[in-house]
Amino acid sequence: MHPAKSIILFTTLSGLGFGFLAFLCVGPSPVTGWGAVAGFASGLALAGAGLMASAFHLGHPERALKAFTQWRSSWLSREGWLACATLAVTGANAAFAVFAGIRVPPLAWLGAVLCVITLTATSMIYAQLKTVPRWNHWTTTALFLLLAFCGGALLSAMTWTAVTLLAGTGLVQCYAWRIGDSRLRASGTTSATATGLGGSGAVRSFEPPHTGDSYLTREMIHVIARRHSRKLRRTAFLLSFLLPVALLSAASAYGQAIWAAAICAHVAGVFVLRWLFFAEAEHVVGFYYGRR
Amino acid sequence: MSEERPNHDGRWTDTAPGPAQRGSADVTDLPAFTERSLGLVIDLDTCVGCHACVVACKGWNTEHYGAPLADSDAYGANPVGSFLNRVHSFEVQPDGDAPARLVHFPKSCLHCEDAPCVTVCPTGASYKRSEDGIVLVNESDCIGCGLCAWACPYGAREMDLVEGVMKKCTLCVDRIYNENLPEEDREPACVRTCPTGARHFGDLSDPSSDVSKLVAERGGIELMPEQDTKPVNRYLPPRGKDGELDVLAPFLEPVAEEPKGFMAWLDSALERL
Repeated sequence: MHPAKSIILFTTLSGLGFGFLAFLCVGPSPVTGWGAVAGFASGLALAGAGLMASAFHLGHPERALKAFTQWRSSWLSREGWLACATLAVTGANAAFAVFAGIRVPPLAWLGAVLCVITLTATSMIYAQLKTVPRWNHWTTTALFLLLAFCGGALLSAMTWTAVTLLAGTGLVQCYAWRIGDSRLRASGTTSATATGLGGSGAVRSFEPPHTGDSYLTREMIHVIARRHSRKLRRTAFLLSFLLPVALLSAASAYGQAIWAAAICAHVAGVFVLRWLFFAEAEHVVGFYYGRR
Repeated sequence: MSEERPNHDGRWTDTAPGPAQRGSADVTDLPAFTERSLGLVIDLDTCVGCHACVVACKGWNTEHYGAPLADSDAYGANPVGSFLNRVHSFEVQPDGDAPARLVHFPKSCLHCEDAPCVTVCPTGASYKRSEDGIVLVNESDCIGCGLCAWACPYGAREMDLVEGVMKKCTLCVDRIYNENLPEEDREPACVRTCPTGARHFGDLSDPSSDVSKLVAERGGIELMPEQDTKPVNRYLPPRGKDGELDVLAPFLEPVAEEPKGFMAWLDSALERL
Protein backbone atom coordinates (compact mmCIF):
# COMPACT_ATOMS: atom_id res chain seq x y z
CA MET A 1 0.00 0.00 0.00
CA HIS A 2 1.10 3.53 -0.69
CA PRO A 3 2.65 5.05 2.46
CA ALA A 4 0.95 8.47 2.30
CA LYS A 5 2.62 11.10 4.49
CA SER A 6 -0.73 12.42 5.69
CA ILE A 7 -1.86 9.03 7.01
CA ILE A 8 1.50 8.22 8.58
CA LEU A 9 1.42 11.59 10.36
CA PHE A 10 -2.19 11.06 11.39
CA THR A 11 -1.79 7.58 12.88
CA THR A 12 1.55 8.37 14.57
CA LEU A 13 0.64 11.75 16.07
CA SER A 14 -2.92 10.95 17.10
CA GLY A 15 -1.71 7.61 18.53
CA LEU A 16 0.89 9.40 20.61
CA GLY A 17 -1.62 12.08 21.63
CA PHE A 18 -4.37 9.70 22.72
CA GLY A 19 -1.83 7.46 24.49
CA PHE A 20 -0.50 10.47 26.41
CA LEU A 21 -4.02 11.75 27.23
CA ALA A 22 -4.96 8.33 28.64
CA PHE A 23 -1.95 8.42 30.97
CA LEU A 24 -2.65 12.05 31.94
CA CYS A 25 -6.24 11.16 32.85
CA VAL A 26 -5.62 8.12 35.00
CA GLY A 27 -1.87 8.12 35.63
CA PRO A 28 -0.73 7.54 39.22
CA SER A 29 0.74 11.01 39.80
CA PRO A 30 -1.96 13.67 40.01
CA VAL A 31 -1.43 16.33 37.35
CA THR A 32 -2.37 19.88 38.27
CA GLY A 33 -1.07 23.40 37.74
CA TRP A 34 1.54 24.13 35.05
CA GLY A 35 2.32 20.44 34.64
CA ALA A 36 -1.29 19.85 33.71
CA VAL A 37 -1.30 22.82 31.33
CA ALA A 38 1.78 21.58 29.47
CA GLY A 39 0.71 17.93 29.53
CA PHE A 40 -2.88 18.27 28.42
CA ALA A 41 -2.02 20.99 25.90
CA SER A 42 0.58 18.83 24.21
CA GLY A 43 -1.62 15.70 24.35
CA LEU A 44 -4.60 17.51 22.84
CA ALA A 45 -2.34 19.23 20.30
CA LEU A 46 -0.78 15.95 19.18
CA ALA A 47 -4.16 14.21 18.83
CA GLY A 48 -5.68 17.25 17.12
CA ALA A 49 -2.73 17.67 14.74
CA GLY A 50 -3.01 14.01 13.78
CA LEU A 51 -6.69 14.41 12.96
CA MET A 52 -5.95 17.56 10.95
CA ALA A 53 -3.26 15.69 9.00
CA SER A 54 -5.78 13.02 8.04
CA ALA A 55 -7.88 15.68 6.31
CA PHE A 56 -5.01 16.30 3.88
CA HIS A 57 -5.53 12.79 2.56
CA LEU A 58 -9.01 13.68 1.35
CA GLY A 59 -9.93 14.66 -2.19
CA HIS A 60 -12.62 16.95 -0.77
CA PRO A 61 -11.63 18.02 2.77
CA GLU A 62 -14.40 20.66 2.75
CA ARG A 63 -16.95 17.82 2.89
CA ALA A 64 -15.23 16.14 5.88
CA LEU A 65 -18.27 16.70 8.14
CA LYS A 66 -20.25 14.25 6.01
CA ALA A 67 -17.94 11.53 7.40
CA PHE A 68 -19.85 11.71 10.70
CA THR A 69 -23.03 10.23 9.20
CA GLN A 70 -22.27 6.52 8.71
CA TRP A 71 -21.14 5.49 12.20
CA ARG A 72 -23.51 2.52 12.12
CA SER A 73 -21.53 0.75 9.40
CA SER A 74 -18.18 2.50 8.89
CA TRP A 75 -15.13 2.33 11.17
CA LEU A 76 -13.79 5.53 9.63
CA SER A 77 -16.96 7.35 10.61
CA ARG A 78 -16.89 5.84 14.13
CA GLU A 79 -13.27 6.91 14.47
CA GLY A 80 -14.30 10.50 13.70
CA TRP A 81 -17.01 10.53 16.36
CA LEU A 82 -14.86 8.81 18.96
CA ALA A 83 -11.90 11.13 18.34
CA CYS A 84 -14.10 14.20 18.84
CA ALA A 85 -15.78 12.73 21.94
CA THR A 86 -12.38 11.85 23.38
CA LEU A 87 -10.99 15.32 22.73
CA ALA A 88 -14.09 16.85 24.37
CA VAL A 89 -14.02 14.64 27.48
CA THR A 90 -10.25 14.82 28.01
CA GLY A 91 -10.44 18.55 27.30
CA ALA A 92 -13.08 18.97 30.03
CA ASN A 93 -10.98 16.85 32.36
CA ALA A 94 -8.00 19.09 31.55
CA ALA A 95 -10.06 22.21 32.29
CA PHE A 96 -10.92 20.88 35.76
CA ALA A 97 -7.29 19.97 36.45
CA VAL A 98 -5.88 23.25 35.17
CA PHE A 99 -8.42 25.85 36.26
CA ALA A 100 -9.89 24.29 39.39
CA GLY A 101 -6.95 22.09 40.37
CA ILE A 102 -9.25 19.16 41.05
CA ARG A 103 -9.50 15.66 39.71
CA VAL A 104 -12.85 14.30 38.62
CA PRO A 105 -12.26 10.52 38.60
CA PRO A 106 -15.39 9.53 36.61
CA LEU A 107 -14.53 12.08 33.91
CA ALA A 108 -10.88 11.05 33.91
CA TRP A 109 -11.71 7.36 33.56
CA LEU A 110 -14.25 8.08 30.85
CA GLY A 111 -11.55 10.04 28.99
CA ALA A 112 -9.02 7.23 29.32
CA VAL A 113 -11.52 4.59 28.16
CA LEU A 114 -12.48 6.77 25.20
CA CYS A 115 -8.78 7.10 24.29
CA VAL A 116 -8.51 3.31 24.15
CA ILE A 117 -11.72 2.94 22.11
CA THR A 118 -10.62 5.66 19.68
CA LEU A 119 -7.26 3.99 19.14
CA THR A 120 -9.08 0.69 18.56
CA ALA A 121 -11.38 2.33 16.01
CA THR A 122 -8.38 3.84 14.18
CA SER A 123 -6.76 0.42 13.99
CA MET A 124 -10.01 -1.16 12.76
CA ILE A 125 -9.99 1.10 9.67
CA TYR A 126 -7.03 -1.03 8.59
CA ALA A 127 -7.65 -4.32 10.42
CA GLN A 128 -11.14 -4.69 8.89
CA LEU A 129 -9.76 -4.90 5.33
CA LYS A 130 -9.84 -8.48 4.12
CA THR A 131 -8.20 -7.25 0.93
CA VAL A 132 -4.97 -6.52 2.83
CA PRO A 133 -4.29 -9.82 4.63
CA ARG A 134 -1.29 -8.46 6.55
CA TRP A 135 -3.54 -5.90 8.28
CA ASN A 136 -6.52 -8.22 8.69
CA HIS A 137 -5.19 -9.63 11.99
CA TRP A 138 -5.42 -8.86 15.72
CA THR A 139 -1.79 -7.71 15.84
CA THR A 140 -2.81 -4.54 13.96
CA THR A 141 -5.07 -3.41 16.79
CA ALA A 142 -2.67 -4.66 19.46
CA LEU A 143 0.20 -2.64 18.00
CA PHE A 144 -1.83 0.55 17.51
CA LEU A 145 -2.80 0.36 21.20
CA LEU A 146 0.56 -0.73 22.57
CA LEU A 147 2.58 1.83 20.61
CA ALA A 148 0.23 4.58 21.82
CA PHE A 149 0.66 3.38 25.43
CA CYS A 150 4.48 3.28 25.01
CA GLY A 151 4.41 6.90 23.82
CA GLY A 152 2.07 7.86 26.67
CA ALA A 153 4.25 6.23 29.31
CA LEU A 154 7.39 7.86 27.88
CA LEU A 155 5.80 11.31 27.77
CA SER A 156 4.50 10.81 31.33
CA ALA A 157 8.06 9.92 32.46
CA MET A 158 6.98 6.63 34.07
CA THR A 159 10.26 4.72 33.83
CA TRP A 160 9.27 1.15 34.70
CA THR A 161 5.91 1.26 32.97
CA ALA A 162 7.63 2.58 29.86
CA VAL A 163 10.40 -0.03 29.92
CA THR A 164 7.91 -2.87 30.43
CA LEU A 165 5.61 -1.60 27.68
CA LEU A 166 8.49 -1.04 25.25
CA ALA A 167 9.80 -4.55 25.81
CA GLY A 168 6.36 -6.12 25.42
CA THR A 169 5.50 -4.06 22.35
CA GLY A 170 8.83 -4.97 20.77
CA LEU A 171 7.95 -8.65 21.14
CA VAL A 172 4.46 -8.16 19.69
CA GLN A 173 6.00 -6.21 16.79
CA CYS A 174 8.40 -9.07 16.05
CA TYR A 175 5.50 -11.52 16.11
CA ALA A 176 3.46 -9.23 13.82
CA TRP A 177 6.32 -9.16 11.31
CA ARG A 178 6.72 -12.93 11.47
CA ILE A 179 3.02 -13.72 11.05
CA GLY A 180 2.55 -10.80 8.64
CA ASP A 181 4.99 -12.26 6.13
CA SER A 182 2.78 -15.34 5.78
CA ARG A 183 -0.60 -13.61 5.80
CA LEU A 184 -0.94 -13.12 2.05
CA ARG A 185 -0.26 -16.80 1.39
CA ALA A 186 -2.62 -17.79 4.24
CA SER A 187 -5.42 -15.65 2.79
CA GLY A 188 -5.97 -18.24 0.07
CA THR A 189 -6.21 -15.59 -2.64
CA THR A 190 -3.96 -16.35 -5.60
CA SER A 191 -3.83 -15.41 -9.26
CA ALA A 192 -5.81 -18.62 -9.82
CA THR A 193 -8.75 -17.53 -7.60
CA ALA A 194 -8.48 -13.94 -8.88
CA THR A 195 -9.01 -15.04 -12.47
CA GLY A 196 -10.85 -18.33 -11.97
CA LEU A 197 -8.45 -19.80 -14.55
CA GLY A 198 -6.51 -21.98 -12.10
CA GLY A 199 -8.24 -25.17 -13.29
CA SER A 200 -6.49 -25.20 -16.64
CA GLY A 201 -2.92 -24.46 -15.55
CA ALA A 202 -0.56 -22.00 -13.90
CA VAL A 203 -1.81 -18.41 -14.29
CA ARG A 204 0.69 -15.64 -14.99
CA SER A 205 0.05 -11.99 -15.80
CA PHE A 206 1.05 -11.68 -19.45
CA GLU A 207 0.22 -8.06 -20.14
CA PRO A 208 -1.22 -5.44 -17.80
CA PRO A 209 -4.17 -3.34 -19.03
CA HIS A 210 -2.05 -0.19 -19.19
CA THR A 211 1.60 0.44 -19.99
CA GLY A 212 2.07 3.16 -17.40
CA ASP A 213 0.93 3.56 -13.82
CA SER A 214 -2.64 3.90 -12.65
CA TYR A 215 -4.33 4.89 -9.40
CA LEU A 216 -4.50 1.18 -8.58
CA THR A 217 -0.82 0.44 -9.05
CA ARG A 218 0.27 3.62 -7.26
CA GLU A 219 -2.09 3.14 -4.34
CA MET A 220 -2.26 -0.64 -3.80
CA ILE A 221 0.89 -2.08 -5.40
CA HIS A 222 3.47 0.37 -4.16
CA VAL A 223 6.45 -1.99 -4.39
CA ILE A 224 9.17 0.70 -4.38
CA ALA A 225 8.30 1.72 -0.84
CA ARG A 226 9.20 -1.71 0.54
CA ARG A 227 12.50 -2.05 -1.26
CA HIS A 228 14.56 -1.55 1.92
CA SER A 229 12.07 -3.11 4.30
CA ARG A 230 14.59 -5.38 6.11
CA LYS A 231 16.95 -2.48 6.85
CA LEU A 232 14.02 -0.31 7.88
CA ARG A 233 12.73 -3.02 10.22
CA ARG A 234 16.08 -3.11 12.02
CA THR A 235 16.24 0.70 12.16
CA ALA A 236 12.68 0.98 13.44
CA PHE A 237 13.21 -1.69 16.09
CA LEU A 238 16.40 -0.02 17.30
CA LEU A 239 14.82 3.45 17.45
CA SER A 240 11.40 2.58 18.87
CA PHE A 241 12.32 -0.06 21.42
CA LEU A 242 16.01 -0.81 22.04
CA LEU A 243 17.36 2.74 22.24
CA PRO A 244 14.61 4.09 24.57
CA VAL A 245 14.99 1.09 26.90
CA ALA A 246 18.78 1.55 26.99
CA LEU A 247 18.42 5.29 27.60
CA LEU A 248 15.81 4.85 30.32
CA SER A 249 18.12 2.47 32.19
CA ALA A 250 20.47 5.40 32.54
CA ALA A 251 17.71 7.98 33.02
CA SER A 252 17.95 8.33 36.78
CA ALA A 253 21.61 9.33 36.48
CA TYR A 254 21.25 11.94 33.74
CA GLY A 255 17.73 13.28 34.08
CA GLN A 256 15.64 15.12 31.57
CA ALA A 257 18.00 15.18 28.56
CA ILE A 258 17.92 11.37 28.48
CA TRP A 259 14.12 11.35 28.63
CA ALA A 260 13.97 13.78 25.72
CA ALA A 261 16.38 11.60 23.73
CA ALA A 262 14.36 8.47 24.52
CA ILE A 263 11.10 10.12 23.45
CA CYS A 264 12.65 11.45 20.22
CA ALA A 265 14.11 8.05 19.35
CA HIS A 266 10.81 6.30 20.05
CA VAL A 267 8.70 8.74 18.03
CA ALA A 268 11.15 8.59 15.10
CA GLY A 269 11.00 4.80 15.33
CA VAL A 270 7.20 4.78 15.31
CA PHE A 271 7.23 6.92 12.14
CA VAL A 272 9.43 4.27 10.49
CA LEU A 273 7.16 1.51 11.82
CA ARG A 274 4.11 3.25 10.32
CA TRP A 275 5.90 3.69 7.00
CA LEU A 276 6.55 -0.05 7.01
CA PHE A 277 2.97 -0.79 8.12
CA PHE A 278 1.76 0.71 4.84
CA ALA A 279 4.71 -0.04 2.57
CA GLU A 280 4.86 -3.76 3.42
CA ALA A 281 1.11 -4.36 3.20
CA GLU A 282 0.16 -6.30 0.09
CA HIS A 283 -3.28 -5.75 -1.48
CA VAL A 284 -4.85 -8.76 -3.22
CA VAL A 285 -5.51 -6.67 -6.36
CA GLY A 286 -1.79 -7.17 -7.02
CA PHE A 287 -2.64 -10.70 -8.19
CA TYR A 288 -4.25 -9.17 -11.29
CA TYR A 289 -0.99 -7.40 -12.07
CA GLY A 290 1.38 -10.25 -11.20
CA ARG A 291 2.92 -8.00 -8.59
CA ARG A 292 2.66 -7.93 -4.83
CA MET B 1 -30.12 27.98 -20.22
CA SER B 2 -29.46 24.91 -18.21
CA GLU B 3 -27.72 21.99 -19.79
CA GLU B 4 -29.76 18.89 -20.53
CA ARG B 5 -28.22 15.89 -18.84
CA PRO B 6 -29.63 12.56 -17.73
CA ASN B 7 -29.93 12.01 -14.02
CA HIS B 8 -28.93 8.82 -12.32
CA ASP B 9 -32.23 7.14 -13.07
CA GLY B 10 -31.76 7.75 -16.76
CA ARG B 11 -34.60 10.24 -17.11
CA TRP B 12 -33.55 13.37 -18.96
CA THR B 13 -34.19 16.50 -17.01
CA ASP B 14 -33.28 20.11 -17.43
CA THR B 15 -31.51 20.22 -14.12
CA ALA B 16 -28.05 19.08 -13.15
CA PRO B 17 -27.91 15.42 -12.12
CA GLY B 18 -28.75 15.12 -8.46
CA PRO B 19 -28.06 12.20 -6.17
CA ALA B 20 -29.98 9.10 -7.02
CA GLN B 21 -33.16 8.35 -5.13
CA ARG B 22 -32.30 6.46 -1.99
CA GLY B 23 -34.69 3.82 -0.75
CA SER B 24 -34.33 3.80 2.99
CA ALA B 25 -32.50 5.84 5.59
CA ASP B 26 -29.24 7.44 4.58
CA VAL B 27 -26.99 4.64 5.77
CA THR B 28 -24.33 2.74 3.88
CA ASP B 29 -25.70 -0.54 5.10
CA LEU B 30 -26.20 -3.06 2.37
CA PRO B 31 -29.82 -3.71 1.38
CA ALA B 32 -31.16 -6.92 2.94
CA PHE B 33 -32.77 -7.82 -0.36
CA THR B 34 -32.47 -6.58 -3.93
CA GLU B 35 -35.43 -6.96 -6.29
CA ARG B 36 -33.08 -7.70 -9.17
CA SER B 37 -29.34 -8.35 -9.49
CA LEU B 38 -28.28 -6.62 -12.65
CA GLY B 39 -24.79 -7.48 -13.80
CA LEU B 40 -22.49 -8.64 -16.53
CA VAL B 41 -21.50 -12.06 -17.80
CA ILE B 42 -18.13 -11.96 -19.55
CA ASP B 43 -17.14 -14.73 -21.93
CA LEU B 44 -13.39 -15.33 -21.67
CA ASP B 45 -13.63 -17.75 -24.59
CA THR B 46 -14.79 -15.05 -26.98
CA CYS B 47 -12.97 -11.94 -25.76
CA VAL B 48 -10.15 -11.02 -28.15
CA GLY B 49 -8.69 -8.28 -25.97
CA CYS B 50 -9.42 -5.42 -28.38
CA HIS B 51 -10.15 -2.91 -25.57
CA ALA B 52 -13.21 -1.55 -27.45
CA CYS B 53 -15.22 -1.92 -24.19
CA VAL B 54 -12.57 0.13 -22.37
CA VAL B 55 -12.85 2.95 -24.90
CA ALA B 56 -16.66 2.84 -25.06
CA CYS B 57 -16.85 2.93 -21.25
CA LYS B 58 -14.42 5.82 -20.98
CA GLY B 59 -16.31 7.71 -23.69
CA TRP B 60 -19.80 7.28 -22.28
CA ASN B 61 -18.82 7.93 -18.70
CA THR B 62 -16.76 10.99 -19.57
CA GLU B 63 -19.58 12.62 -21.49
CA HIS B 64 -22.52 11.71 -19.26
CA TYR B 65 -23.38 11.32 -15.61
CA GLY B 66 -21.02 12.71 -12.99
CA ALA B 67 -17.48 13.98 -13.10
CA PRO B 68 -15.66 13.16 -16.35
CA LEU B 69 -13.05 10.39 -16.23
CA ALA B 70 -10.02 12.62 -16.20
CA ASP B 71 -6.58 11.97 -17.63
CA SER B 72 -3.47 13.80 -16.59
CA ASP B 73 -0.38 14.28 -18.76
CA ALA B 74 -2.33 12.48 -21.49
CA TYR B 75 0.16 13.32 -24.23
CA GLY B 76 3.23 13.57 -22.01
CA ALA B 77 5.83 11.15 -20.76
CA ASN B 78 3.82 9.81 -17.86
CA PRO B 79 0.15 9.61 -18.80
CA VAL B 80 -2.32 8.41 -16.15
CA GLY B 81 -6.09 8.43 -16.11
CA SER B 82 -9.16 6.88 -14.54
CA PHE B 83 -10.96 4.01 -16.20
CA LEU B 84 -13.93 1.96 -14.99
CA ASN B 85 -13.10 -1.05 -17.09
CA ARG B 86 -9.69 -2.48 -17.90
CA VAL B 87 -8.58 -5.51 -19.89
CA HIS B 88 -5.82 -7.68 -18.45
CA SER B 89 -4.16 -10.52 -20.35
CA PHE B 90 -3.11 -13.72 -18.60
CA GLU B 91 -1.01 -16.62 -19.74
CA VAL B 92 -2.27 -20.01 -18.59
CA GLN B 93 0.38 -22.72 -18.76
CA PRO B 94 -1.05 -26.25 -18.49
CA ASP B 95 1.04 -29.01 -16.89
CA GLY B 96 3.56 -30.68 -19.16
CA ASP B 97 4.53 -29.63 -22.66
CA ALA B 98 1.16 -28.30 -23.82
CA PRO B 99 1.43 -24.80 -25.26
CA ALA B 100 0.42 -21.92 -23.02
CA ARG B 101 -2.87 -20.17 -23.63
CA LEU B 102 -3.51 -16.43 -23.68
CA VAL B 103 -6.72 -15.26 -22.00
CA HIS B 104 -7.94 -11.69 -22.28
CA PHE B 105 -9.66 -10.66 -19.12
CA PRO B 106 -11.87 -7.56 -18.91
CA LYS B 107 -12.44 -6.41 -15.35
CA SER B 108 -14.89 -3.87 -13.97
CA CYS B 109 -17.12 -3.56 -10.89
CA LEU B 110 -18.78 -6.89 -10.05
CA HIS B 111 -21.68 -5.22 -8.14
CA CYS B 112 -21.16 -7.57 -5.18
CA GLU B 113 -24.01 -8.61 -2.91
CA ASP B 114 -21.75 -8.16 0.11
CA ALA B 115 -19.91 -5.15 -1.25
CA PRO B 116 -17.17 -4.22 1.25
CA CYS B 117 -16.72 -0.87 -0.54
CA VAL B 118 -20.21 0.18 0.57
CA THR B 119 -19.96 -0.58 4.28
CA VAL B 120 -16.58 1.12 4.77
CA CYS B 121 -17.79 4.43 3.31
CA PRO B 122 -17.90 7.07 6.09
CA THR B 123 -20.20 9.51 4.27
CA GLY B 124 -22.89 7.36 2.70
CA ALA B 125 -21.69 8.30 -0.79
CA SER B 126 -21.25 4.62 -1.65
CA TYR B 127 -24.42 2.61 -1.77
CA LYS B 128 -26.06 -0.44 -3.30
CA ARG B 129 -29.51 0.05 -4.80
CA SER B 130 -32.22 -2.23 -3.48
CA GLU B 131 -34.19 -2.13 -6.75
CA ASP B 132 -31.52 -3.52 -9.06
CA GLY B 133 -28.40 -4.18 -6.97
CA ILE B 134 -26.23 -1.62 -8.75
CA VAL B 135 -23.42 -0.22 -6.60
CA LEU B 136 -23.06 3.52 -7.10
CA VAL B 137 -21.18 6.53 -5.75
CA ASN B 138 -23.02 9.73 -5.04
CA GLU B 139 -20.22 12.04 -6.07
CA SER B 140 -21.53 15.09 -4.25
CA ASP B 141 -21.18 13.22 -0.93
CA CYS B 142 -17.79 11.64 -1.67
CA ILE B 143 -14.91 13.10 0.34
CA GLY B 144 -12.29 11.19 -1.67
CA CYS B 145 -10.81 9.27 1.27
CA GLY B 146 -10.10 6.25 -0.91
CA LEU B 147 -11.05 3.65 1.70
CA CYS B 148 -13.62 2.00 -0.60
CA ALA B 149 -10.92 1.41 -3.23
CA TRP B 150 -8.80 -0.25 -0.55
CA ALA B 151 -11.73 -2.43 0.50
CA CYS B 152 -12.40 -3.68 -3.04
CA PRO B 153 -10.40 -6.82 -3.86
CA TYR B 154 -10.91 -6.42 -7.61
CA GLY B 155 -9.48 -2.96 -8.18
CA ALA B 156 -12.84 -1.82 -9.51
CA ARG B 157 -12.71 1.66 -8.02
CA GLU B 158 -10.36 4.41 -9.08
CA MET B 159 -9.99 7.86 -7.60
CA ASP B 160 -10.33 10.58 -10.18
CA LEU B 161 -7.19 12.57 -9.52
CA VAL B 162 -8.59 15.75 -11.06
CA GLU B 163 -12.04 15.72 -9.42
CA GLY B 164 -10.94 14.12 -6.13
CA VAL B 165 -13.92 11.75 -6.06
CA MET B 166 -14.18 8.00 -6.41
CA LYS B 167 -15.22 6.68 -9.81
CA LYS B 168 -16.64 3.27 -10.55
CA CYS B 169 -18.76 1.34 -13.03
CA THR B 170 -22.40 2.46 -12.85
CA LEU B 171 -23.51 -0.41 -15.09
CA CYS B 172 -24.45 2.55 -17.33
CA VAL B 173 -27.43 3.29 -15.11
CA ASP B 174 -28.01 6.35 -17.33
CA ARG B 175 -28.38 4.12 -20.41
CA ILE B 176 -30.23 1.04 -19.24
CA TYR B 177 -33.36 2.93 -18.08
CA ASN B 178 -33.02 5.78 -20.56
CA GLU B 179 -36.21 5.99 -22.58
CA ASN B 180 -34.69 8.60 -24.88
CA LEU B 181 -32.34 6.00 -26.30
CA PRO B 182 -33.44 3.41 -28.88
CA GLU B 183 -34.26 0.15 -27.13
CA GLU B 184 -31.19 -1.69 -28.47
CA ASP B 185 -28.96 0.95 -26.85
CA ARG B 186 -30.45 0.44 -23.38
CA GLU B 187 -27.57 -1.70 -22.17
CA PRO B 188 -24.13 -0.80 -20.80
CA ALA B 189 -21.81 0.87 -23.32
CA CYS B 190 -19.24 -1.93 -22.99
CA VAL B 191 -21.85 -4.59 -23.84
CA ARG B 192 -23.28 -2.57 -26.71
CA THR B 193 -19.89 -2.02 -28.30
CA CYS B 194 -18.24 -5.44 -27.89
CA PRO B 195 -17.55 -6.63 -31.46
CA THR B 196 -17.35 -10.32 -30.48
CA GLY B 197 -20.39 -10.43 -28.23
CA ALA B 198 -18.24 -11.44 -25.27
CA ARG B 199 -20.20 -9.30 -22.81
CA HIS B 200 -23.75 -9.98 -21.72
CA PHE B 201 -26.00 -7.87 -19.51
CA GLY B 202 -29.04 -8.97 -17.54
CA ASP B 203 -30.67 -9.95 -14.25
CA LEU B 204 -28.62 -12.66 -12.61
CA SER B 205 -31.17 -13.18 -9.83
CA ASP B 206 -33.72 -14.44 -12.36
CA PRO B 207 -32.91 -18.08 -13.24
CA SER B 208 -34.85 -17.78 -16.51
CA SER B 209 -32.87 -14.79 -17.81
CA ASP B 210 -30.48 -15.26 -20.74
CA VAL B 211 -27.47 -14.41 -18.59
CA SER B 212 -28.45 -16.92 -15.89
CA LYS B 213 -28.91 -19.62 -18.54
CA LEU B 214 -25.48 -18.80 -19.97
CA VAL B 215 -23.92 -19.07 -16.53
CA ALA B 216 -25.63 -22.42 -15.90
CA GLU B 217 -24.70 -23.80 -19.32
CA ARG B 218 -21.07 -22.71 -19.37
CA GLY B 219 -20.24 -23.05 -15.66
CA GLY B 220 -19.84 -19.33 -14.99
CA ILE B 221 -17.44 -18.56 -12.16
CA GLU B 222 -17.15 -15.84 -9.55
CA LEU B 223 -13.83 -14.13 -8.91
CA MET B 224 -12.05 -14.49 -5.54
CA PRO B 225 -14.87 -16.41 -3.82
CA GLU B 226 -12.69 -16.62 -0.68
CA GLN B 227 -13.08 -12.85 -0.21
CA ASP B 228 -16.81 -13.46 0.55
CA THR B 229 -17.98 -10.49 -1.50
CA LYS B 230 -20.59 -12.55 -3.41
CA PRO B 231 -20.03 -10.83 -6.77
CA VAL B 232 -23.00 -10.63 -9.15
CA ASN B 233 -20.91 -10.60 -12.35
CA ARG B 234 -19.83 -13.97 -13.68
CA TYR B 235 -17.01 -15.07 -15.98
CA LEU B 236 -17.43 -17.88 -18.52
CA PRO B 237 -14.20 -19.91 -18.60
CA PRO B 238 -12.47 -20.46 -21.95
CA ARG B 239 -13.47 -23.69 -23.71
CA GLY B 240 -10.84 -26.44 -24.13
CA LYS B 241 -8.57 -26.27 -27.16
CA ASP B 242 -9.22 -28.58 -30.10
CA GLY B 243 -6.55 -31.25 -30.57
CA GLU B 244 -5.20 -29.62 -33.73
CA LEU B 245 -3.74 -26.21 -32.99
CA ASP B 246 -3.75 -24.97 -36.58
CA VAL B 247 -6.98 -25.92 -38.30
CA LEU B 248 -5.56 -25.15 -41.78
CA ALA B 249 -2.40 -27.21 -41.42
CA PRO B 250 -3.81 -30.50 -42.82
CA PHE B 251 -4.87 -28.72 -46.02
CA LEU B 252 -1.50 -27.12 -46.80
CA GLU B 253 1.31 -28.53 -48.98
CA PRO B 254 4.06 -29.86 -46.73
CA VAL B 255 7.20 -27.78 -46.80
CA ALA B 256 10.03 -29.63 -48.68
CA GLU B 257 12.29 -31.24 -46.12
CA GLU B 258 14.69 -32.93 -48.60
CA PRO B 259 16.75 -30.66 -50.88
CA LYS B 260 16.72 -31.19 -54.65
CA GLY B 261 19.08 -30.41 -57.57
CA PHE B 262 22.13 -28.27 -56.76
CA MET B 263 21.06 -27.99 -53.10
CA ALA B 264 20.96 -31.81 -52.91
CA TRP B 265 24.52 -32.08 -54.35
CA LEU B 266 25.79 -29.32 -52.00
CA ASP B 267 24.11 -30.98 -49.05
CA SER B 268 25.68 -34.40 -49.78
CA ALA B 269 29.09 -32.82 -50.58
CA LEU B 270 29.13 -30.98 -47.29
CA GLU B 271 27.95 -34.11 -45.53
CA ARG B 272 30.99 -36.07 -46.90
CA LEU B 273 33.50 -33.41 -45.93
